[in-house]
Amino acid sequence: MSSNSNLTNMRRLVEQLRLEASVERIKVSQAAAELQQYCLQNATKDALLVGVPTGSNPFREPRSCSLL
Amino acid sequence: MGEMEQLRKEAESLKDQIIVARKGFADTTLQEAVAGTAVVSRVQLKTRKTLRGHLAKIYAMHWGAGLTQCVSASQDGKLIVWDTLSTNKVNAIPLKSSWVMTCAYAPSGNLVACGGLDNMCSIYNLKGKDGNVKVMRELASHTGYLSCCRFVSDSEIITSSGDCTCILWDIETGTEKTIFAGHLGDCMSLGVAPDFKSFISGACDYTAKHWDIRDGNCTHTLSGHESDVNAIGFFPNGNGILTGSDDATCKLYDLRSDQELITYQDATIMCGVTSLAPSLSGRLLLAGYDDFNVNIWDALKAERVGVLAGHDNRVSCIGVSSDGMACCTGSWDSFLKIWN
Repeated sequence: MSSNSNLTNMRRLVEQLRLEASVERIKVSQAAAELQQYCLQNATKDALLVGVPTGSNPFREPRSCSLL
Repeated sequence: MGEMEQLRKEAESLKDQIIVARKGFADTTLQEAVAGTAVVSRVQLKTRKTLRGHLAKIYAMHWGAGLTQCVSASQDGKLIVWDTLSTNKVNAIPLKSSWVMTCAYAPSGNLVACGGLDNMCSIYNLKGKDGNVKVMRELASHTGYLSCCRFVSDSEIITSSGDCTCILWDIETGTEKTIFAGHLGDCMSLGVAPDFKSFISGACDYTAKHWDIRDGNCTHTLSGHESDVNAIGFFPNGNGILTGSDDATCKLYDLRSDQELITYQDATIMCGVTSLAPSLSGRLLLAGYDDFNVNIWDALKAERVGVLAGHDNRVSCIGVSSDGMACCTGSWDSFLKIWN
């Protein structure tokens, strides 16, 4: 690799680090609270979490058949 | 002092600045924040359907945006679109190259895509006029294998590659719109944000990166893993990033606080994570491992609350359907299983 491209790469790296350093941040307490709130707000809709009653589970065959 | 030396010093200084800045916002830990919340009760999912038909290892699967169709890719050289309720094969698409590593279903349901060691991403139109499924585009310019692909819309797709870059493609013209360079190792996986404005990538440089789709910038680089990041996905609120690694752990990072929140690990787990998917609410993290199992984690409490044991070989891919009703696992044992 020529010294020119090393320099170019280094300049790019510094520019990228400047960008990442300047990002606006929020406190972990706020991020954690919002994650937890999202989980709680959507818990009842989460079939894998709360389960699906047999009758309304599209992936389960109904157990009983009715003779018509 | 030469410019090179100056730049090196500035780089080191910036890296330190980032570490200090992150610490400044770490007023607590996720663990402390949820200390008052109970762990969810044991999650026991059962296999409801087994999708049989592939003749070799399954490498990837992706649910459609509709509720019951999914696509899977196997090194038997086929892409199969399944109706998971009936277990019928809607389409069985023969591939030019059998060395497929990834597949994707467009949100519209009109297109599927795949790619692998051919270094290309092939787009197939499922809704062609004469009913035959044909290659619509071959997106070729990566110089390494295609590890993952995800549609942004019917006209744009993002790919990740062993050449260390990700690319946003214009499907219509078959050309690259944006090249996302910055990773220092093979890109292994990618995920698109729920609002389609950004995406995340995991790579063999042990980091995850967050990218703005429109301006092409990498906005965050998240480290902490001690080996390749094989799997990545957004937490459903769009602000959290879940990663799975060869270091046998998964991690949750938050974009807005720009740091790791928690690690999902257990002394008894010593093999790599191959795949992951959050449940609808994000409360459960389902992760596939090299030891043939899927572990289910309480994502907030970082405790294991369940296991899906049913495959006879490595679980290579996992996905939760868009309404959260079921999860699908794909394995090197050639089967897909639907669980809930």
